[in-house]
Amino acid sequence: MKNKIILLEHGSGGLAGQELISRLFLTHLGNPVLSALEDSAIIETSTGRLAFSTDSYTVDPIFFPGGDIGLLAVHGTINDIAMRGAYPICLSLGVILEEGLLISDLENIVLSIKEASEKAGVPVVTGDTKVVPKGKGDKIFINTSGIGIVPDGVNISVKEARPGDIIMLSGTIADHGVAILTRRAGISIQGDLKSDTMALHRLVQLLVETLPEAVHTLRDPTRGGIATAFNEIAKTAGVGMDIDESKIPIRPEVEAACELLGLDPLYLASEGKFLALIAPEYAAQALDMIRLQPEGRDAAIVGRVTKDPASRVVLKTAVGGARLVESLSGEPLPRIC
Amino acid sequence: MRHLYEFRDRGLTISLATELDRIVDRPIRFMEVCGTHTMAIFRHGLRSMLPEDLHLISGPGCPVCVTPTGHIDAFIRVACMPGVTVATFGDLVRVPGTNGSLARAGSQGARIEVVYSPIDALNLAEQRPKDLVVFPAIGFEATIPGVAATILEARRRKIQNFAVFSAHKLMPPALEALMSQSGLEIQGLLCPGHVSTIIGANAYRFLSMRYHLPCVIAGFEPADIIHALILLTRQVRYGRAEVENAYPRAAGWEGNARAQGLMQEVFEPVDAEWRGMGIIPGSGLAIQPEFSEFDITKRLDIEIPQVQGPEGCRCGEILIGQCMPSDCHLFATVCTPLDPIGPCMVSTEGACAAYYRYGRSFSS
Repeated sequence: MKNKIILLEHGSGGLAGQELISRLFLTHLGNPVLSALEDSAIIETSTGRLAFSTDSYTVDPIFFPGGDIGLLAVHGTINDIAMRGAYPICLSLGVILEEGLLISDLENIVLSIKEASEKAGVPVVTGDTKVVPKGKGDKIFINTSGIGIVPDGVNISVKEARPGDIIMLSGTIADHGVAILTRRAGISIQGDLKSDTMALHRLVQLLVETLPEAVHTLRDPTRGGIATAFNEIAKTAGVGMDIDESKIPIRPEVEAACELLGLDPLYLASEGKFLALIAPEYAAQALDMIRLQPEGRDAAIVGRVTKDPASRVVLKTAVGGARLVESLSGEPLPRIC
Repeated sequence: MRHLYEFRDRGLTISLATELDRIVDRPIRFMEVCGTHTMAIFRHGLRSMLPEDLHLISGPGCPVCVTPTGHIDAFIRVACMPGVTVATFGDLVRVPGTNGSLARAGSQGARIEVVYSPIDALNLAEQRPKDLVVFPAIGFEATIPGVAATILEARRRKIQNFAVFSAHKLMPPALEALMSQSGLEIQGLLCPGHVSTIIGANAYRFLSMRYHLPCVIAGFEPADIIHALILLTRQVRYGRAEVENAYPRAAGWEGNARAQGLMQEVFEPVDAEWRGMGIIPGSGLAIQPEFSEFDITKRLDIEIPQVQGPEGCRCGEILIGQCMPSDCHLFATVCTPLDPIGPCMVSTEGACAAYYRYGRSFSS
């Protein structure tokens, strides 16, 4: 690594972070489960398979249109577990508080966590609190870990992607990223720009139970957006991807905000959407089913997995051209989750 | 947003591309001056729709890219001064200077804030009265009036802890310098739409008259760009050299008199160094003495060194159409968006970033 010190871009969810993880963490800690770099780890036990995942949240601002850091912390970990087809059963909650944080703000965050965990049916079963001196943190950082149960016969993994699979998005892209960035930029745009933070485990459960053989791969396109998620899958599975830009669902106000700020929505985070690779024979049925659920109203088929070009993502642009899509690299995006 | 969809219409764009394909009957090279054009062409995948004989080369229209290393070094030096906060456009943050970048300085304690407009920098100064907030002002005529208006606003609001580091550049002197050098074989210029809204289409007449160079002002949507390429190709085919305006919904012939007035009120032309082109007479802007309290170079007595760019980096040649990103040995090997060596790989408007991100072959 050329850098001697950690830069903000190491945390942006793009190539710099991937390099840090592989050259440092995987070099020293790597094992077959960790090195797979899936959204959650699957652990074999004598009584069945468990999914285990952890995630930390540092979003600024801590309250944003459509949610707050507490909602994000519950939904994010639930979704990481669901991305292996597992059903989450419990969460841990660790908070690092900066001296000076208003207790009323903390209470509002705890109430959000309560609401999100009750609504999802996934309780917080263990926790920890630490306080750091003023200036040594930023109001509140949260870590959540979660455990889920993987149903028998379910084997959803980035490695399962195969040519011919249909690529589906469960809804509109970039809502969370745009809500945070416009709030930080102080830009108010007509319309309802808010985070899409939402738990997806019920939608995944329905999909997995009804069509057990349909889903090969699931990924939630958080930091780095769908562009980075597509690339991660293409590179890990050694497949190509053919994406149709005009089919990608995006809300008009989100598109307008991206135009204004010069941002590419393909790189902006969603916090309540998944992308699914589905066996072609089940695609129509899966899409109909997802669209009937509130979490998947705007779901759409956006492309297909190909054999060539291996490890590359090709976008057919809305105006009829074609180009490559690369992973996020080094954009100075602020802390968004 | 209505225009956005009109000019991104698939049927319209494909028909225009078909017409362009029909009329390109010989090898043609055009330069797209503006970095936003470079990016739009790639982002919409237009290269895959253009005739094989039509070659587009990028020009000196990426503000970050043309800012020489000496200026970047000076921005970093100011950022490291005690009590200073640098409020900057995001594009500048990762541009490497001789030693590190603003991002690196930020990771070591310098205060760097990313803003989306100069007025945000002024507001930041108002919120942080104990800091001196410095706005490194890069960019062409399209961004300069906004900075001028911000300086006037700072005076009106009596905000004293705000200053501008002017590294602004003017487009016509640079185009003149570009055309007067030998070896640049282009048959037409895709003129920058945003800059043209301010300076007006007439500002390019000297190019068509003196250098017999077809010039067409283009908007930034796919249909805009291909339409402008059609107009340029027709001029080439019929041996004409004129200025045509293919972006009349935004740019007029005279430009924006009020914006021009603001620029003249606050700034004055000076000689300026461009990466790749050296010093071009009258191609930069300094803050008028009347507003020197907002001029960081006067306020802190900053000298801007003339330093060499990074070794092996060919950004300078790329900016003047002398070589393509892929001709640079550093491109996509040591110089990547992750570890950029030259500014063209950093900026979202930079040719190298665009070629790296979108332009490499589809095959693996």
